Amino acid sequence: MKGGSVARPDNMSGDKGADGPRGSRQAPLLVAPGDDLGDSGELEAGHGVLAINGRLRALKQGRMSNRGGTVSIEPRRTAYVPRPSDLVIGYIEGCTSNIWFVDIGAPFNAILPMSLGPSKAEFGGIRKVLDIGDAILCRVQEVEENHSSVVTMKGMGLRAIRAGSVEDIDPHLLGRLIGRGGNNLRQLKEDTECRVVAGDNGRVWLDGDLSGIIDARDRLNALLTEAKVEEYRGDA
Amino acid sequence: MGGYGDVQCIDENGIRLDGRTKDEVRPVHIETGVVPVADGSARMTWGLNDVIAAVYGPMEAHPRKIQRQDRAVLDVRYNMAPFSTTDRIRPGFNRRSREISKVTAEALESVVLTELYPRSKIRVEIEIICAEAGTRCAGITAASVALAHAGIPMTDMVVSVASGKVHDIVVCDLNKEEDNYGEADLPMGILPNSGEIVFLQMDGDLSPDQFQEAWDYNMEAANVIHAEMVRALKGGDE
Repeated sequence: MKGGSVARPDNMSGDKGADGPRGSRQAPLLVAPGDDLGDSGELEAGHGVLAINGRLRALKQGRMSNRGGTVSIEPRRTAYVPRPSDLVIGYIEGCTSNIWFVDIGAPFNAILPMSLGPSKAEFGGIRKVLDIGDAILCRVQEVEENHSSVVTMKGMGLRAIRAGSVEDIDPHLLGRLIGRGGNNLRQLKEDTECRVVAGDNGRVWLDGDLSGIIDARDRLNALLTEAKVEEYRGDA
Repeated sequence: MGGYGDVQCIDENGIRLDGRTKDEVRPVHIETGVVPVADGSARMTWGLNDVIAAVYGPMEAHPRKIQRQDRAVLDVRYNMAPFSTTDRIRPGFNRRSREISKVTAEALESVVLTELYPRSKIRVEIEIICAEAGTRCAGITAASVALAHAGIPMTDMVVSVASGKVHDIVVCDLNKEEDNYGEADLPMGILPNSGEIVFLQMDGDLSPDQFQEAWDYNMEAANVIHAEMVRALKGGDE
């Protein structure tokens, strides 16, 4: 039994292509979980798409795109799932005598071993280096199959965050914050004269003058509001 | 299922107490994002039913004994507000809510790709604000939309609807009087894109023909409700 409207790449245009009539920029096609996206014969299943019995099926709510024969969905909302080399902002949630547990906004806390910490610490004295509640800028080093992850602070620019403010945005809005080629982020830095570091987990570190931080925070909130309004209107 | 009683639920022209014909569904409206702090949420009004579902996670499963090494677990909690019916409902978990929470979790687990989140938990809260009839169906449907809204990967959405028998006539989508004074009801959880059944219960007796008729009504009603679910998720015309 078929239900509701069905999105198929092969009924989007007269020439049977998912790229739209002119083959240039395709119109965004909103899909819901379970929507049939067409025959999987020549197409490959990308993010948010599953091939079942020769058909592609949407797994998430969002915009469908077809790039180079790979059909994927840009979800409207999604939980952060860590990947190796992600730059993230985390909070120290706990520690043992040689390991910190870091909340990076993922389903599981990451671990930061003493050997990958910001500076040398004595065994049992790691709270003198990073204490519970501290914010850190770190990088995901390793993600295991069972979603346990290890973060590191060994690397250029990775540090404990001692000044400024950390704001949360939904991870799927990072693209909007950064903009094409980093334009929006560069503009935000210039306008507010703040250092702005956007973590892949949706946390943004703002550092600078108080007035600049407040301005940057207002702009982030405006971006969130705008995204919510668009979502409600249906043109996100 | 209270038996016939004195209540006449369908007149001689086949019109029901609320003015519907026997194959009509109550008016359905769904909106998403009603609980801003949740990862995903939905509110469903279905006739006089008013249901809110909120989804949190995936998150680390606690206590650790409920963790599964190869998949996530769905922690579903169905609850009726004390003011949701004319008789006050005693707050807290009871046998009925425990049963409905269990069948809801099992229905939703068949579509959620739980294997993508090992050792995790996805918390689904279903709160019945106003109850008419078919609150378990409304709860499952609202939870399905809330999961989709939270960006949880799912192969399909579960649409749940109940048909039943009143005065020996099979009717679609029972209302309160039909539920109370009817002879049988058949709630089903349907995957609208594949036509698969993920949940089925039957209370009362139906002959094979009546069962088939109720089945067909449920299938048709599922399409109507699924269209509204898709409209809500795609942010269609308000």
